[in-house]
Amino acid sequence: MFLTVVGALNQGFLQTLKLFTVTLLGAIPLGLVVSFGSMSRFTPLRWLTRALIWVIRGTPLMLQLIILYYIPGKLLGFSPWGTGESGRFLASAIAFIINYACYFSEIYRGGIQGVPAGQQEAGLVLGMTRREIFFKITLLQMIKRIVPPMSNEVITLVKDTSLARIISFQEVIWAGQAFLKTSHGYSGLLWPLFFTGVYYLVFNGVVTLLLSRLERRLDYFK
Amino acid sequence: MPVLEVQHLEKHFGQTKVLEDISFSLDQGKALAVIGSSGSGKTTLLRCLNFLETPDRGRILVKGEPLFDAQDTSALSEEAIRQKRLHFGLVFQNFNLFPQYTALENVVLAVKLRQPDKSKWTGIEAQGLELLSRMGLSDRSGHYPHQLSGGQQQRVAIARALALQPDVLCFDEPTSALDPELTGEVLKVIRSLAEQNTTMIIVTHEMAFARDVADEVIFMDSGSIIEQGPAREVINSPRAERTRQFLSRYEAG
Repeated sequence: MFLTVVGALNQGFLQTLKLFTVTLLGAIPLGLVVSFGSMSRFTPLRWLTRALIWVIRGTPLMLQLIILYYIPGKLLGFSPWGTGESGRFLASAIAFIINYACYFSEIYRGGIQGVPAGQQEAGLVLGMTRREIFFKITLLQMIKRIVPPMSNEVITLVKDTSLARIISFQEVIWAGQAFLKTSHGYSGLLWPLFFTGVYYLVFNGVVTLLLSRLERRLDYFK
Repeated sequence: MPVLEVQHLEKHFGQTKVLEDISFSLDQGKALAVIGSSGSGKTTLLRCLNFLETPDRGRILVKGEPLFDAQDTSALSEEAIRQKRLHFGLVFQNFNLFPQYTALENVVLAVKLRQPDKSKWTGIEAQGLELLSRMGLSDRSGHYPHQLSGGQQQRVAIARALALQPDVLCFDEPTSALDPELTGEVLKVIRSLAEQNTTMIIVTHEMAFARDVADEVIFMDSGSIIEQGPAREVINSPRAERTRQFLSRYEAG
């Protein structure tokens, strides 16, 4: 029985891991674009971006998932996400990427604005372009500043992936809950659902270790 | 012909006039000290020369070529400003070294960015090391800024500004963030630059240093030049009443 449960949970966790990875890969760069928008010298773009951030951060991710997954289908008459698990994954990934990009963008903004103005001025008087200043001077100082708040967000993301269960994405909690109903010939098993907690704990342990290692690697300057 | 000519420069921040009718010229190889109390516009003047601020009126000419003309700012694209900036170097009060780079990397970063041919980078690094040794820092080239004292950081910043070979090197109160012990080593370096005929503008509160090292002195008050002339003359026997008042406070304390 144990092996059956662990096998099913592993399968679910693989989906969790997939959503987690794709969200990070998408939201980390997209967040940078959003943060540039929210700091733009072009006022309409700045307000538009800040309004988007307000809506995305101001409403539950679960609601965003439901809206993104069901509403286009209602409007178009067919679901753009396709059928089955791959469609649910695609919709989840997009909702997660947008949501997390907005949170990341505010962290980035704080990180960029926290770099002293003198750094940019020093770059300017040395004849560097804005692009060179960002990539050669600001970026690494910003990364150093944002690692602690980003760690928080990443750890939250590990657990937030379970929200995709609301559109029946078959992640680890879905897999655990399945045993409560009927699955693999078992029914009424409560412990597999609790056991999913171990997956989150272990995974977050690994994430924490990796991030604190990154923090230490950036310790060479102040 | 003077290296630098500044004509009728004027700058406002909203209603406040920060610079008013600033005109002076500077010859090749000369050092100009700008003195005056805080808020007199000295720093703004340097920032205008380095295109960190845009003057509202006036002209800036380098070697006879107009770099800036307030009447004709339409032509100033970001790229054009970037090229013009290179005529000037600026050493900041707070050094503003890049913390993630070593002393040597700080000095050569901007030079390397202007040299796409990587085979020439070895030469650039050799020049960087040479500059650092002129600053008395040959043994510190691999140190990061936070591992250096304030005086050492400021000397790295001077080397960094020199690396781009500006026509005019500007210092914005280079020793104001340093304790007296560290001030000396930075002043010594600036003094040796003056002896090697580096064209410089030095905003400073070190009166004795200004008198001994600068050729010319400008005294500014509330955004205007009150008095200008040979350094020794202005500081030892100022003509204007306002200059006398200002300098007497330094003698007193």
